[in-house]
Amino acid sequence: MSDLLAALNALRERLTEVPQADERRLRELKTEILGRKAGALTHILAAVPSLEPKDRKAVGGVANALKRDFETAFAARERELKRASVAAGDLDLTMPGRAGWQGGLHLVTQVVDEICEIFRELGFTRAVGPEAESERNNFYALNFPHDHPALDAQDSFYVGDGVVLRTHTSPVQIRTLEAYPPPIRVVIPGQVYRRDPFDPSHSPVFEQIEGLVVDEGVTFVDLKAALTAFARRFFTSDTTVRFRPSYFPFTEPSAEMDVRCQICKGSGCPTCKQSGWMEILGSGMVHPAVLDNCGVDSERYTGYAFGMGPERIAMNRYGVSDIRLFWEDDVRFLSQFARPHR
Amino acid sequence: MIVSRRWLEALLGRSLVAREVAERLTMTCAAVEAVVPVHQDLGDVLVGQVLETKPHPNADRLTLCLVDAGGVGGPLEVVCGAPNVQAGRKYPFAPVGATLPGGVKLERRKIRGVESNGMLLSARELGLGPDHAGILELDTPAAPGTRFLDAVPVADDQLVLDVPANRPDLLCHKGVAREVAAVLGGTVKLPEIPGGKAVGRSGGPSDRPAVRQSDRGVVDGVEIRLEDPEGCPRYIAAVIRGVRVGKSPEWLAARLAAVGQRAINNVVDATNYVLFELNQPLHAFDLARLRGPAVVIRRAKSNEPITTLDGVARKLTAEMTAICDAERPTIVAGVMGSAESEVSEKTTDLVLECAYFQPTRIRRTRRALGLTSESSYRFERGIDLLGMPDAMRRAIDLIVAVAGGELREAPLDLWPKPEQSRSVFLRPARVSHLLGVEVPRGDIERVLSAIGFVAAPKDERLAVQVPGWRPDVTREADLIEEVARLRGYDVLPDDLRPYRPGTVPDAPALRARSRVRDQLVRAGMLEARTLPLGAPDGPDAVEIRNPLSAEHAHLRARLLPGLVRRVEYNWAGTARDLRLFEVGTVFKRGKGAPEEWTSVAGVLTGAQRPLHWSAKVPDMDLWDLKYHFELAVQVASPGALVQPLPTGVGWQAVVGEQRVGWAGPLEADAPRWAGALFGFEVRLSEVAPARPAYRPLPATPSVVRDVALVLPGGVTAAAVGEALRRAGGTLLESLEVFDEYRGPKLKGGERGVAWRLTFRDPARTLREAEVDQVIMTALKALEEELDVRRRES
Repeated sequence: MSDLLAALNALRERLTEVPQADERRLRELKTEILGRKAGALTHILAAVPSLEPKDRKAVGGVANALKRDFETAFAARERELKRASVAAGDLDLTMPGRAGWQGGLHLVTQVVDEICEIFRELGFTRAVGPEAESERNNFYALNFPHDHPALDAQDSFYVGDGVVLRTHTSPVQIRTLEAYPPPIRVVIPGQVYRRDPFDPSHSPVFEQIEGLVVDEGVTFVDLKAALTAFARRFFTSDTTVRFRPSYFPFTEPSAEMDVRCQICKGSGCPTCKQSGWMEILGSGMVHPAVLDNCGVDSERYTGYAFGMGPERIAMNRYGVSDIRLFWEDDVRFLSQFARPHR
Repeated sequence: MIVSRRWLEALLGRSLVAREVAERLTMTCAAVEAVVPVHQDLGDVLVGQVLETKPHPNADRLTLCLVDAGGVGGPLEVVCGAPNVQAGRKYPFAPVGATLPGGVKLERRKIRGVESNGMLLSARELGLGPDHAGILELDTPAAPGTRFLDAVPVADDQLVLDVPANRPDLLCHKGVAREVAAVLGGTVKLPEIPGGKAVGRSGGPSDRPAVRQSDRGVVDGVEIRLEDPEGCPRYIAAVIRGVRVGKSPEWLAARLAAVGQRAINNVVDATNYVLFELNQPLHAFDLARLRGPAVVIRRAKSNEPITTLDGVARKLTAEMTAICDAERPTIVAGVMGSAESEVSEKTTDLVLECAYFQPTRIRRTRRALGLTSESSYRFERGIDLLGMPDAMRRAIDLIVAVAGGELREAPLDLWPKPEQSRSVFLRPARVSHLLGVEVPRGDIERVLSAIGFVAAPKDERLAVQVPGWRPDVTREADLIEEVARLRGYDVLPDDLRPYRPGTVPDAPALRARSRVRDQLVRAGMLEARTLPLGAPDGPDAVEIRNPLSAEHAHLRARLLPGLVRRVEYNWAGTARDLRLFEVGTVFKRGKGAPEEWTSVAGVLTGAQRPLHWSAKVPDMDLWDLKYHFELAVQVASPGALVQPLPTGVGWQAVVGEQRVGWAGPLEADAPRWAGALFGFEVRLSEVAPARPAYRPLPATPSVVRDVALVLPGGVTAAAVGEALRRAGGTLLESLEVFDEYRGPKLKGGERGVAWRLTFRDPARTLREAEVDQVIMTALKALEEELDVRRRES
């Protein structure tokens, strides 16, 4: 009997061979231990009925437990080997996965959204207005003098008597000031129209984002602060900006904001026409005449306004060289920007 | 505006570095878009003196010259082909190794057997003019070997200044010099006219004449009648007799060349010089051709003819001001003269006009005529009304200096309603209030006086007298801008401060646009942008009155036609699988202003999914269209019902009686390999879809039953579904169609449709028998109402 127990103990030690066995060795082990004819454990189990009753129980218990342990170990090892064979064997895992179509927003929409989101962080909400607009809102309430050269840059399409397709989003300044009391803090994205034929950098229709802040005590410092913060969030946190004089009938003082060229970092390149700077937006303190025209007390309230062109900004940032690509809707162009990348 | 650095230097009496000027002007005044070096490529050229000449041994037309170019090696032998070379004279000389304009490096070479150690140069070879008949003779005291650019000051820089529409004062060198002086230092003083009388002398007849508050007068026998004081508030005329019209002196031609102007003749060049120096357009016309002799400033008559200097016959209108003689117009006031009255070689006596024309009148005139000139450009922006006599004096002095002649009588200055210079009050506290930093009163006064404003304290304010060249400054804010820009925007801090949130809610229209965009992007569609301008789409299309082209003369009424064009464009690029959508504004003719609203449209064609090796991918069909349409309607027009079109294949979305959306197959110019094209369009509502309400997750098991039914012709799935739902009551949680069969196993017109029904009672476990009972009731109802029966399997 003790022979049998010793044999069982020896067999138990062989359990440790199972997890290392490859497929062939595993087959051999199974035959050696549990094989119907030559299996070592099978032999012992076959000998159990012929033992003394008291021994029968002791040996049979141990042998049966060992059999279960081997069976479990073999099954586990088989599963493991099967998994491994899947990885290494008959599947070519370099074959492409099954895809769905990737949708995406137009690059100009993405840039508009991103700009509006940054201004949302700075406390701005969004406002809109119609694209067919009165001359009064598009020009005269904004302090454009009648018959003045300032109108030359805003050559407009007429769609009715005194009705133009807005040449900028600035008329929404007028609509907002007339509809809401200060404090006002809005950005105004939208499509605008100018009578410029298509060329690589001009389009008769383009996107603009206007901004307007009006409250008591708003100063030029606030203008610089908000627009600088915007530039540093939109470009990089170490972006250098500069403000220089400009002219818009509806702001006084007026300022252009340039950003250090993102491509050459200021040393001069074709993109920035060797200047080292990129024109990003026009801005200024709201002209008191604009506030007066909208019934806002220009002595009590001051404000700032700004405007920028998302297409130009997108072209700079993504290296798109021709504004007409934004209108062609070539899927090879659109899908380049479909992948989320912010 | 092209600004010459050297011209600025002459006005400021100091030297300038073009880059620095450009940088400072950009930061305090107006942007300098480019700095263009002029003639700076002549750095290698020297002054050479020809010591002796002798004929070339092998060529009749060549000369051997011994040239002193200051070199230590002594005079050089140089071969020269110019006929005008003379011993003793000085010429520009390029030694061997010099780089010439155009980048050519001069090499030592043999010319007809004789070695030439350099080259004597013509004006054309130097890039200084067209003259190539001979080498350029230099009249200079400079020693041989002196750098040409040091002896003959032609090197310059052109600063291309982007002058804003409100700053006419920057359209001349004096105005720009004033700004440069304010930021870089210096005093602006008109340079003396070479060969002219001393500037600033007094007592001559060209001195500031007395203003005549009258509309007529006579100057040196010429009658001047100002009949249109509205179009021409001030008119100064002078008569100069005995001029000799001819070529301008070098210095004058050079000044004009420096700003890109061609020399014409000494009289015209003199007036152009004053234009670019003082921003006063002047006109000289031939007295001999003046009938009367009289100058009449009046409104033109309707259809009055004139042939302008550019040779075009034009018709005037009564809205324009004309300068006429006793009979007919000789000048379109402020825009362009006539060929007939122009100064020519034969002119001896001339009338010189120095006028102020009303800006809007000039603007309308030049737009009506489609004719812009340097003069109209300036009049339109407003010239210096108060500076006119000084400009007139400058012009007379210049003409007399370069063309001779005599001013026998003081100019006549007709100014019926003289104006004083304007005063604008400025509160120093308001400067700080607007800029956000303290600006000391002394700074304000200093900055303003640096550019010609005169500030005098009055109470708490400053009474600021605005110079005549600044018509743009009319109120306090304008003065604050002057202070801000000249101190520099960069000195202001840019720290974010607390702010009050605004009262304007975030625009629901934009939220609606985002919702539908996101919905369609998630469905795998790419956003497109199509031009809102195109061919008319229906009778209500909005017409553009002044379109760029006939193809772009209307505003779109729908987005789909534009998207179909984009599909065709992509097909042309051989792309087959296309899913485009757009969210954009569309227009319809309305009362007064056009009506506009936002629309959402999509087009689908090609494969349902990207190609995959595991299975063939079918093309999109009507059912893909229906799904995308429903996705769009769900968010674009919450609550709208999608139903089959009353006729034809497709769907519509309706709210009550109103159709708000359409979907169906589309026609297009498709290549043979293209898939079927489908599209939809929905009017975008700003209303957000209802907020989802949470339903507790079920805690009881469901019972699922599949039911296959035979539908007779004319019975819709919707009708069957409705009957099933009615019969199922509250226990029927959901039902889905999962199969359709049409074929020989059924009678003609019939089809088999299979539903999967899910039953559940949230409170307890359903028994199978209960469900069977419900299904039996449903089948009975279906048979009675719709003649639908269970399909035998």
